[in-house]
Amino acid sequence: MRRAEIVTAGLLALLSMYIMWKSTELQIGYIRGQGPGGGAWPFWLAAICLVSTGFIALNWWRGTSGPSQSDEPFLDSYGRKMLVLVGGGIVGFVVLTYIFSMYGAMALFLLYYIGFLGRHRWWVTLILATAIPTVFFFFFEALMRITLPKGMPFLEPFFNYMNTIIY
Amino acid sequence: METLGLLADGFWLAIQPINLMLIIIGVTLGLFIGAMPGLGSVNGVAILLPITFLVPPASAIIFLAAIYYGAMYGGAISSITLGIPGASTAVATTFDGRPLAMSGRASLALITAALASFAGGTVSNVLFTLFAPPLASVALNFGPPEIFALMLLAFATFIGLSSDDISKTVFSICIGLVFAAVGFDQISGAPRLVFFDISGFLHGINFLVLAIGVYGIGEMLWTIDSTRGKITTSEAKMSVKGIVTDAKEGMARSWRGTTIGSFLGFFVGILPAAGATPGSLMSYGVSKMLSRESAQFGKGHPEGVAAPEAANNSASTGSMLPMLTLGIPGSPTTAILLGGMVIWGLVPGPRLFAEQPEFVWGLIGSFYVSNFFALLINIAFIPLFIWMLRMPFTILAPLIFVLSIVGGYATTRDMHDVWLIVGFGFAAFFMRKLDYPLAPAVLAIVLGPIAEPTLRQSLLLSSGDPTIFFTRPVAGPITIIALILIFLPLIKKVWDRRGGRRPSAAE
Amino acid sequence: MTFNYKLRNALAGATALTVAFAGTIAHAWEPTKPIDFVIMAGAGGGADQIARFIQSTAEKEDLTVRPLVPNNKGGGSGAEALIALNGTKDPDHTILVTLNSFFTTPLRQENLGIDISTFTPIAMMGVDPFVLWVHKDAGISSFEDWVSTVQEQDGEYVMGGTGRGQEDSLVITWLEQNYDLNIKYIPYSGGGEVAKELAGKQIMATVNNPAEARGFFANGDVVPLVAFSDERLPNLPDVPTIKELGKDFSYYNQRAVVGPPGMSDEAAEYYRDLFQQIYDTTDWQEYMSAESLEALPQTAEEAREYWNLQIENHKELMSKMEEGA
Repeated sequence: MRRAEIVTAGLLALLSMYIMWKSTELQIGYIRGQGPGGGAWPFWLAAICLVSTGFIALNWWRGTSGPSQSDEPFLDSYGRKMLVLVGGGIVGFVVLTYIFSMYGAMALFLLYYIGFLGRHRWWVTLILATAIPTVFFFFFEALMRITLPKGMPFLEPFFNYMNTIIY
Repeated sequence: METLGLLADGFWLAIQPINLMLIIIGVTLGLFIGAMPGLGSVNGVAILLPITFLVPPASAIIFLAAIYYGAMYGGAISSITLGIPGASTAVATTFDGRPLAMSGRASLALITAALASFAGGTVSNVLFTLFAPPLASVALNFGPPEIFALMLLAFATFIGLSSDDISKTVFSICIGLVFAAVGFDQISGAPRLVFFDISGFLHGINFLVLAIGVYGIGEMLWTIDSTRGKITTSEAKMSVKGIVTDAKEGMARSWRGTTIGSFLGFFVGILPAAGATPGSLMSYGVSKMLSRESAQFGKGHPEGVAAPEAANNSASTGSMLPMLTLGIPGSPTTAILLGGMVIWGLVPGPRLFAEQPEFVWGLIGSFYVSNFFALLINIAFIPLFIWMLRMPFTILAPLIFVLSIVGGYATTRDMHDVWLIVGFGFAAFFMRKLDYPLAPAVLAIVLGPIAEPTLRQSLLLSSGDPTIFFTRPVAGPITIIALILIFLPLIKKVWDRRGGRRPSAAE
Repeated sequence: MTFNYKLRNALAGATALTVAFAGTIAHAWEPTKPIDFVIMAGAGGGADQIARFIQSTAEKEDLTVRPLVPNNKGGGSGAEALIALNGTKDPDHTILVTLNSFFTTPLRQENLGIDISTFTPIAMMGVDPFVLWVHKDAGISSFEDWVSTVQEQDGEYVMGGTGRGQEDSLVITWLEQNYDLNIKYIPYSGGGEVAKELAGKQIMATVNNPAEARGFFANGDVVPLVAFSDERLPNLPDVPTIKELGKDFSYYNQRAVVGPPGMSDEAAEYYRDLFQQIYDTTDWQEYMSAESLEALPQTAEEAREYWNLQIENHKELMSKMEEGA
């Protein structure tokens, strides 16, 4: 926990500096007769961010903030496993939308999470993994008219067919 | 008394069988659209607009008003049951709604939210009926300096939200304000902070992207980690008797917040540049400040649900006022309603009340009726939402993740934002573990896009002279109150340190 | 130009080929999926309202087999919309509702790499004129009075608009240059807000579309002084044009629909027919006259000429603006 605190503070300080640098693309000063320039708002706020990461580091050094006193590991074995399985699952879900469309990826993610991580009965898993994307499809495409990603071209005939049903 | 006669005609119009049916369908649809994170009244109203060509204009606007009301009620549902604010107006509802749901009191939170929404809607309808035209001229007198002063006040009421670690709170507020500035600088007309020249940053970072990332992904990961995945969200059983008891408890414990929210929400809501979100945030902050149990806020106090919910409903009705009387949309939803009115051949503006009284009073009549049905239908559906919460966590969690990703995409229809959500989610998980408060960042990204342009517009007006915030008759007092509120806790802190030295606290 | 022409033909050919392989080629092309109806502005503004009106009309008359799905991409003065169209994977199911930022944004942000001459013209739904408005309490009744008032207040005269580089600011810059004025310009987020700020006397004058100021004008809060149109506006017959006052200048905001680069000819034909049908509906005709839009029918070739003319005009206006800044 103690190490994570200072590493995070360091990363956030870098982020603040990057934003400050990026803000200088527009004027960051006070333009006479006009008030602050276009970059001033993000620049000075990022500067305050940088100063606060400095204080976070100071508190770490003095050991006055909660995490800097804690000897617990930042991520124990459960936490690491959870992050890989759940977090990785979410990232996988998003990546798969490019290939299998939002609906296909959703079905695969639900199969993975409910069936593999949740260890529910296979028929519960199967019903949910088909029913939820189907409901979403009709809700978004037909009722709300919000089109979600359709994946790669090989799915196009399928969705074109679905379109003839819903429109 | 002419008003009452017109209003009675309006009521009569709203309870015609076809209109009543439209109200019931509209409210139910709106409730579900609002409950879906990422979708709000904007989507409901925009998408159903074309359908309304099938019915006469008066029925159409009644239908849209019903969807609008339903969605406002629905926003609280995802805030409470899923912990994700479905719309910016429901951010403050998560602060106490979520803890209540986690401690098995979801039904209390949902019922309190419904009752407070009803109260807020009713108060604003009455104010609207009695004072619409004079209030419109009040709204006209609010220029950029006044709106900025109001934003300052909104921030001030939230100083109390800060956690013990001041430096982390300051970081959170400022990073939220920085994210609010991403995309485009309205004043100089130039792109700004387009990180790595990725075109997705041109439209800025939507509030929902940060909120869904933080609450839908980050908070969920944190919950799974900290409970070792063995979480039971709610054991509450639903019965009619339970609803009645909860309703009584909710009313008894939250009437103060409801009252504050109803009035404050309305007055902030009628200002075109402010709207329902600052209204609900300020109501939460003010209720907390004035409450005798303010320490309970944020840990699951019904008043913390009632105040923002009363306010956002009240403000939503309030934001109809500038739309109808000035032709100025106070929110994206009213902007689309405005478009609808133009399509129906009505000219919103100062003449509307005089030239189209049947339409205006029909609409206001339908507000009253929609509000009432929204309450009934919402309460009828509460058992369904509670049942959702009783699902095994390994089914509820993936459902929340799916809703987060889909809702995040639907907001801007850009995969870029989905990746941002995932990124914010992981960052929020790590920062949450290290006790960084994240609610201030979410609030800042909501208020920032109003605060920065109005600050700079004001300074342009005054040729760079900051005294403009103190010398204008309305802005001056608001600014001074806000500054006092902001510095009060700091002064107190310094005072405390000088007086009783605490042995371990060094900050 | 020849290069672009070849490129366009090549792209069109390639698209036609893909369509042929997909097996959907028919004599008349029809959309097979919802049409991405990109709007070059955020939700709620004037351009958005027009786009939604078009969508609603198409829906009402049941003109399309697949719905037009509005998609607001107003980021970076429309840069986001242009980038999205330029890079679309499905040019036959994507169309864009434009305003003048179609011309100005690629000129202002050259690093975007957008060449609008590669885009496919579809339909010109009308052009929106600009009018100079003041508050009735200012007691100004003619353009000459206004000019002398602004000159007296040298630099303290406050006008509002929708942002530097936006349509109204170009007109204001033109006024500054041609009448030797010095105006303080406050950017707001949309035309409706600008109209409200004028009615609330936060600002002293605006250059705004009649559609935005309509309600306040009907109520007598604001007074039109001069129109930047070629002819007097039918809804404001007593307001002189700037041409009558001796300057050869007019300025309109275009309300046009364009397709992305590489849209197939069949699809372009389909959309041209569709928007012609929408244009001919009584709803649209009534909307145009109520909102003071002017007709500017043009064929695809005329549209391209119009684009070139507009690019030249805007280059000139914008270089003046930079000199002034």
